[in-house]
Amino acid sequence: MFSFVVRRLMVAVPTLLILVILSFVLMYAAPGGPFNSERPLPPEVLANIEAKYGLDQPFWKRITDYIWGVVAHFDFGPSFKFKDRSVNDIIAQGFPVTLTYGFWSFVLATVVGVTLGTAAAIKQNSWLDYLAVGFSVGAQVLPNFVMAPILLLVFTLWLGWLPGGGWNGGEWPYLIMPVIALSTSYMASIARIMRSSMLEVLNTNFIRTAQAKGIPMRRVILRHAMKPAILPLLSYLGPAFVGMITGSVVIDAFFSTGGIGTFFVNSAFSRDYSVMMGITILVGTLTILFNLVVDILYAWIDPKIRY
Amino acid sequence: MFPNRTTVEDIENAAALAEVQGRSLWASARARFMRNKAAVVSLIVLILVAAFALFGGFFAQWERDFVDFSLMGRNAHLGVPSFETGHYFGTDNSGRDLFARTVQGTGISLMVGIVGAMVAVLVGTLYGATAGYFGGRVDGIMMRIVDVLMSIPFMFVLILMLVIFGRSILMLFIGIGLISWLDMARIARGQTLTIKNKEFVEVAVATGVHPLRIILRHIIPNLLGIVVVYATLLVPNMIIFESFISFLGLGVQEPNTSLGALISEGAGTMQYGTLWQLLFPLFFFVLTIFAFFFVGDGLRDALDPKDR
Repeated sequence: MFSFVVRRLMVAVPTLLILVILSFVLMYAAPGGPFNSERPLPPEVLANIEAKYGLDQPFWKRITDYIWGVVAHFDFGPSFKFKDRSVNDIIAQGFPVTLTYGFWSFVLATVVGVTLGTAAAIKQNSWLDYLAVGFSVGAQVLPNFVMAPILLLVFTLWLGWLPGGGWNGGEWPYLIMPVIALSTSYMASIARIMRSSMLEVLNTNFIRTAQAKGIPMRRVILRHAMKPAILPLLSYLGPAFVGMITGSVVIDAFFSTGGIGTFFVNSAFSRDYSVMMGITILVGTLTILFNLVVDILYAWIDPKIRY
Repeated sequence: MFPNRTTVEDIENAAALAEVQGRSLWASARARFMRNKAAVVSLIVLILVAAFALFGGFFAQWERDFVDFSLMGRNAHLGVPSFETGHYFGTDNSGRDLFARTVQGTGISLMVGIVGAMVAVLVGTLYGATAGYFGGRVDGIMMRIVDVLMSIPFMFVLILMLVIFGRSILMLFIGIGLISWLDMARIARGQTLTIKNKEFVEVAVATGVHPLRIILRHIIPNLLGIVVVYATLLVPNMIIFESFISFLGLGVQEPNTSLGALISEGAGTMQYGTLWQLLFPLFFFVLTIFAFFFVGDGLRDALDPKDR
């Protein structure tokens, strides 16, 4: 087990490094910079600004400084647009918000998806099953940027039940619509994957044996069927998690929640490269970490995997 | 001694009968697909949507980039969808005909989806088949590269690229092409691993056929079934992906448009009472995605009966 974790880490670290280098090179290759505005600055001023941000240094110096800053101090450097703020400040402001609704969306999608999928598989071809299948087919065409306007239309414009946006420290009325909008399509996919893998497991011999021994159904499902049935789902959870964090971009645009999505899009339009890079690297790190956890879980649950 | 006449006829008849009954893989797949009502209906819907995108322009009463200044700012009252004014789907905020815009948006969204799927089929299949066929260290390195690429949050990198190198359809295609082939490569590799141990491949190897030729002539044709299925399922994902980017205003740029861009516009103006701006593009978006998913599911059931 230990050597497996170490081996996976040995893949994860270079991946992260590639991501950092890739985004840095992209930024370096960019024609024009954040200081090329419509009214050109006097060359002396521009030179001063570039010296302040270290933009006059050679490529190798800049990239090694940047990587060193990120790795050693978790320091993503200053923002190019906001003079008094560093990228770290911006992340510290936006990330907790994103993480809050991202976490709840993930929990909601997983719990409801797994429950619905399992229930549908147990009661195959019942009304519950048809409901679950109908939902999982219908909801997969409802990505967050489709769900969000529909929710806003119904619950804010027509019914007036929920506030149309804002964050307010994450109080629940402000949390409901972002979480639902973000989780619906993933919930559908999780329910579908869970249903088909549970159906497969329920048809195996060891489940029939367990039932023949007279073990109550609930116990058969929870103790025997759940573990192998959840395996195919695990590999989907990584991408789903990434999708929810990425969805922040849309959620923030619709609900003005002020997560990292807001800052990412704003910095994309104002060419604030250091903020964009910081957020990309942060999300990439999370992705890689999450995939690592999933892989380890996978190896831990599935006895067939040799590590 | 000689088999009598009737026996010979029987055998001949039996042979003829067997010929009738023996179906090719594709024929039986077609039969299975045709039995799946949802898939057939979806296929018809898809053809209709494609026809709408291709020929809808002929029915539009207005040019798609004609700005009717008399409607501007009074859209909620004057831009209502109606047959009398010729604005079947109403007008948008700048007084443009939404019907013509939706036709254009549907076309571009479909194109993005299909191009994305084609890149996936070409690059992904070749890559995966090569990795699977050679196996060993080559396979290890090639698939490790895929693993590494997969754990990069491409949505963010793509947005970074769109900002840095400018927003254009070409850049969007490059970005989508970069991402879409990864899954296909994995699937193709998995299939190749089982195919490469079949006798006909062994024969080809024994007779000294060049490896590249074996991959192109013997492996890839046998992958086609599963590749077609995943390509169909990939198209809606690519459309969703493009819509997401266009929704942010980073994808397709004016005067071009896509369903995502139209939905974004409609969502931004819904509080002014111009709901049609949201609902018509949304309808075509949902319809297209639905139809692709159902056709893909139908194809999967038809071509890959094991996978239930």
